[in-house]
Amino acid sequence: MFLRKKKQIIDLWMKNQMADAALREDLMSNEDIRAQSEELLDALLRKLTDEGLKDIDTIDFGEVFEILGGISITRARQGFSSRETGLYIYSLKDTLMSILQQELKDDPIQLYEVSMKIGRLIDTFGIVTFETFIKGREEVILRQTDEITEISTPVIRIWDGILALPIIGTLDSARTQTVMENLLGEIVNTGSSIAILDISGVPAVDSLVAQHLIKTVSATRLMGAECIISGIRPEIAQTIVHLGIDLSNIITKSTLENALKHAFSILELEVRKKGFVNKNI
Amino acid sequence: MPFLFWNWKSGKRDLSTKIFNTAKMEKIPILKMGQFLLVTIQIDLYDRLALNLEADLIQMVRKTEAKGVLIDISAVTIVDSFMGRIIGNIANMCKIMDAETIVVGMQPAVAITLVELGLPLTGVHTALNVERGMELLRKKILFNGKETVASDTDYTLDSSE
Amino acid sequence: MEKRLLLPILTTPLTVLNKDAMLINKEQDVVPFRNRVKEYAVKIGMGLVNQTKLITAASELVRNMLRYGNGGETIIEVISKGRENGIRLTFSDKGPGIPNIEQAMKDGFSTGKSLGLGLPGTKRLVNEFDIKSKVGEGTTVMIIKWKNG
Repeated sequence: MFLRKKKQIIDLWMKNQMADAALREDLMSNEDIRAQSEELLDALLRKLTDEGLKDIDTIDFGEVFEILGGISITRARQGFSSRETGLYIYSLKDTLMSILQQELKDDPIQLYEVSMKIGRLIDTFGIVTFETFIKGREEVILRQTDEITEISTPVIRIWDGILALPIIGTLDSARTQTVMENLLGEIVNTGSSIAILDISGVPAVDSLVAQHLIKTVSATRLMGAECIISGIRPEIAQTIVHLGIDLSNIITKSTLENALKHAFSILELEVRKKGFVNKNI
Repeated sequence: MPFLFWNWKSGKRDLSTKIFNTAKMEKIPILKMGQFLLVTIQIDLYDRLALNLEADLIQMVRKTEAKGVLIDISAVTIVDSFMGRIIGNIANMCKIMDAETIVVGMQPAVAITLVELGLPLTGVHTALNVERGMELLRKKILFNGKETVASDTDYTLDSSE
Repeated sequence: MEKRLLLPILTTPLTVLNKDAMLINKEQDVVPFRNRVKEYAVKIGMGLVNQTKLITAASELVRNMLRYGNGGETIIEVISKGRENGIRLTFSDKGPGIPNIEQAMKDGFSTGKSLGLGLPGTKRLVNEFDIKSKVGEGTTVMIIKWKNG
């Protein structure tokens, strides 16, 4: 029944989509939408024969789900909103319903039955669409997270033998991993013996974050370098003590400047004004 | 033959050879460099080999009256809890025998794994490479007043000029 | 009904791409086993740190197997779940078994003369850790490390 009407369905569906205010011509051309819609409809109608319609629950719509999934993922990546993507699939429902109305206007009982079935089927499609759409978005987020972790852990060589690593944002276990890998790798590359971990950009330090910091310091020491933590704000010091976190084995300094001074003294370096002679010597 | 067999034998080794006479006995060479002993581990250790090293090294410290032991693990890709324990043991034993132990050249991946494993080897001194390790050893021995000939300039870092 | 239809999308199945078994009877088997694990980890493109964590975990478990279970069988599998690839290792011995797993999984607990961080430490090194043990029958430990885990 639908197969015969395929041309009509696609035209009507396209018309419905065009009429919709949600159409985003900036993101996708009409031809592309048509091609996409036709592919989906083809797959759907192959399964949705007259016999299939009678026993709709047993049909395996795997192929249709696959195409649908592909469509929603590409839409998610292209920047469609979830509403637009949802409306896309629900506009098919309207289309199929109006075709059914024309076809079965003499048989209200069958019209009701088939409408219910189609309605349920399209609802399922809708759920699948949303699921895959969210998945597609999550992928985008995940990729961005990776990129952020990668770029947000710069290791800077601030002096011969001294590295600094400003941490900005929360320190979770994945981030700690990247921080450690970058820092330790850089220690080997530059042969530095002191690393300064500046946490002024870390919004809060709870016991978990502290644990990550301790881990980083321990790993640095295993490599044979010393690790200084700087940028400890008063409120962070307060929480650390209130939570009963023991940082007594770690060199901590309030500012990066103080940490650098401490590093100089470890390396037995002296920074002084040109021409200035220390009388004490 | 990847290893140099330094012509030094102890009763201990013969005993272990008997226990494991089926396997080809590999040995980790221990080099004497002045007041220090240098051990470079070039392969991933299995337990018996590590235990033998522990015994051999302690004997060698006694024999040479070494003041410091440098263990270079830059070629070791795996340090598990057993190996970690052996390293800790060696450090403690040497300490009792009045020698400092420094572990040098640990790979970043190994350090991260050890920390994650919960084995931060506290109490074991570390250095980035053999050169730094030597420097540190000299400093420590001088600090402890064990070395009679003081060499003032040897241990300062080269970056100050 | 809808549930059945949606199921294939909701749960990603775990597929085994490659399987390899190795018997561990003596201490000298440990190094070849570690090398084999490393080979597979390199093959799926696992990063150096994760490789090291996996091999260290494997080393711990093999030692436990030798010490407490008198050796046993190990299975190395390359698995994939969705886009994520990983290595699954299974260690089964016919030793005395662990009477109290909960206690054995606590930091600082040990029956032998080790440091007592074998099992909990190992668990921290991998993404998934499963231990089954029956007193008198043996112990089976399964670990999974994902490529980017």
